[in-house]
Amino acid sequence: MKNLITADHAVAIGAKLCRVEVVPAFPITPQTLIIEHIADFVNDGELDAKFLTMESEHSVMSAAAAASAAGARVFTATSSQGLAFMHEMLYATAPLRLPIVMPNASRTLGGPPGIWCEYNDSMGARDSGWLQLYVEDNQEALDMVIQSFRIAEDKRVLLPVMPCLDGFVLTHTVEPVDVPQQEEIDSFLPPYEPDIILDPDRPAMIGTFMPAEYIMELRRQTAGAVESSKEVIQEINSEFAKRFGRDYGGLIDTYRMDDADIALITMGTVTSTSREVVDELRQKGEKVGLIKLRFFRPFPSLELKKAVSKSKLSALGVFDRSISYHGGGQVYNEVRSALFGMTIPVIDHLAGLGGRDVTEEQIMKMFELTRKAAKGEKVNEINWHDTRGETV
Amino acid sequence: MITIKELPDENLFTAGHTACPGCGVAMSIRNAIRVLGKDTAVYVPASCGVVFGTTFPYGAWKVPFFHTAFENTGACLTGMQAAFEKKGKKVTVAGFAGDGGTYDIGLQSMSGAAERNDDVLYICLDNEAYMNTGIQRSGGTPFGAWTTTTPVGKHIQGNRRFKKNLGDIVVAHEIPYYATLSIGQPLDFIRKVEKAKNIRGFRFLHMFTPCIPGWKMDPARTVEVTKRAVESGMWTLYEVENGEKRITYKPGKMKSVKDYLMMQGRFRHMSEEDINTLQMWVCKKWNLHYKEKGSPDVCEIAPPDEHHAVTEEHREMHGP
Repeated sequence: MKNLITADHAVAIGAKLCRVEVVPAFPITPQTLIIEHIADFVNDGELDAKFLTMESEHSVMSAAAAASAAGARVFTATSSQGLAFMHEMLYATAPLRLPIVMPNASRTLGGPPGIWCEYNDSMGARDSGWLQLYVEDNQEALDMVIQSFRIAEDKRVLLPVMPCLDGFVLTHTVEPVDVPQQEEIDSFLPPYEPDIILDPDRPAMIGTFMPAEYIMELRRQTAGAVESSKEVIQEINSEFAKRFGRDYGGLIDTYRMDDADIALITMGTVTSTSREVVDELRQKGEKVGLIKLRFFRPFPSLELKKAVSKSKLSALGVFDRSISYHGGGQVYNEVRSALFGMTIPVIDHLAGLGGRDVTEEQIMKMFELTRKAAKGEKVNEINWHDTRGETV
Repeated sequence: MITIKELPDENLFTAGHTACPGCGVAMSIRNAIRVLGKDTAVYVPASCGVVFGTTFPYGAWKVPFFHTAFENTGACLTGMQAAFEKKGKKVTVAGFAGDGGTYDIGLQSMSGAAERNDDVLYICLDNEAYMNTGIQRSGGTPFGAWTTTTPVGKHIQGNRRFKKNLGDIVVAHEIPYYATLSIGQPLDFIRKVEKAKNIRGFRFLHMFTPCIPGWKMDPARTVEVTKRAVESGMWTLYEVENGEKRITYKPGKMKSVKDYLMMQGRFRHMSEEDINTLQMWVCKKWNLHYKEKGSPDVCEIAPPDEHHAVTEEHREMHGP
């Protein structure tokens, strides 16, 4: 059944379908609609969950960690400053292997303060051990909440997952969304049954003090879990596609890459606009393609390498909606690192920071510059799109 | 009401932990958990308790234990309790936080849990400074005390502020139960723990817990120091149940604060002027807690020869 709903609403419905048990919550724009919808579900008796009105995001993630450690399926949502405020607790949850699912409504992290779409909030959580993915539309937002619980709770993974949705562009925009039936989700997502929890009948100590003699093995295990999540993500993507008819491609998705000689890598909603641009350029006879980066953690290095070499690309452009203040965006640096050893030029396109619209013209320009790089013409490594004036 | 004889022998916080001899925190934890029993799950924030009780691969807890950070005891208790309730499990959810983790960095999280009246037991182990990091001043540090961040310098000697009135802050949340405890009064101690265990909603137990290295005191005198604290008015044993305050142990005539101070190296530098300043603060507190309604404020300190009740008992036990 198609419903006309925002991504925040879709995400809340996704959580309800997953029968989440504990939801600690704190308001922050543009995520707030998610927790408001959950509160409605709980108070209307549609969702049997403990909804906890916490006094800060730090306490949200603390309560989430404790509830998860006590064996509950835990859901919450946050954004920007809120994600930054709970930063410490992100690092606490992943190595303790607590499979919490928390959508992040992508938003500028001040200063200067702003509320529109930018990825510099979630990029700061890159090294926390949380799996991170970026969705393109409201349907994918709902579907990925459901898939996220399967990925998070898989015994080969047991890590928290953060689906990121473009603030306002998705969170507050209505789109038709196919809402699955409860019994379909019940058969796709079994109840959460962890092996080790806080239980007086089988007492365990979780979060003990770790001396140097032991902590390195724990780090290695967490890294191993992130690595094995790649296989799990692909498996669950295929199973979901079979059951629900929607195949998102897993770690990455590609568009018109078969005979492409240059391509752009995008994340989030800019992917949709970029598809239009690819079609336009193709009509003009340009062999351009698109790679949609879905997961940022785990980073699909191998998949990217394969996509680039399969198409025999002669240049690659990377779209970045955040900046690492050392020259380029985080995605650019990750891609460069993944493609190390390959000789094609890779250039960075910074656009849409602070929530500025990323237009078809800007994306045309990105392809134009990438084409120049392919021809061996001199192009900047880092390209700021649609900014006023020049900077040093 | 429980008696000491009825306390179960099984230690749910076992021997083998690495707390200092005479540690007030370890003694309080051990006795509290004996009363709370095995259907308890605990959260301990960053503190000595995590280090001396849980350093991997050893662990002293025989009940479920959880730890993540410093400032989040209230929130973690809330989360644990919600999960247990959702799963239909009857578990006493108890947090053991220090004074830094409660008066200061954890105040917001504690206040959130208190204001929501979540069904959890919050225990503050008050040793009056950040001891795990090596004795730094907290909001719970008393006037005059030496700590490494309130050193005895040429210009400024010790802590210049009075201990924060945490009790009133907690009680202002209109919670069902707040009580102060001291291991120097063990029967009062275990009865308050038992009472708190059986009340639903947010309960707060505030325990006075001497720290041997932090207070620079004789490890054999932990219990005696807590008794002196009560007799001098530096600590008061009371409870507030649904807004009704009751003194649970009233000492005789107020004993000089100086006698309490001189048992501990952290106060030994104090000038007569500073001791008098602290004595005035204690008198105010004494009147607030013990004075009959309508009678005038007094600051009458018992003459030294009336102190012997405690010291002679001490001599009997430990020799001259």
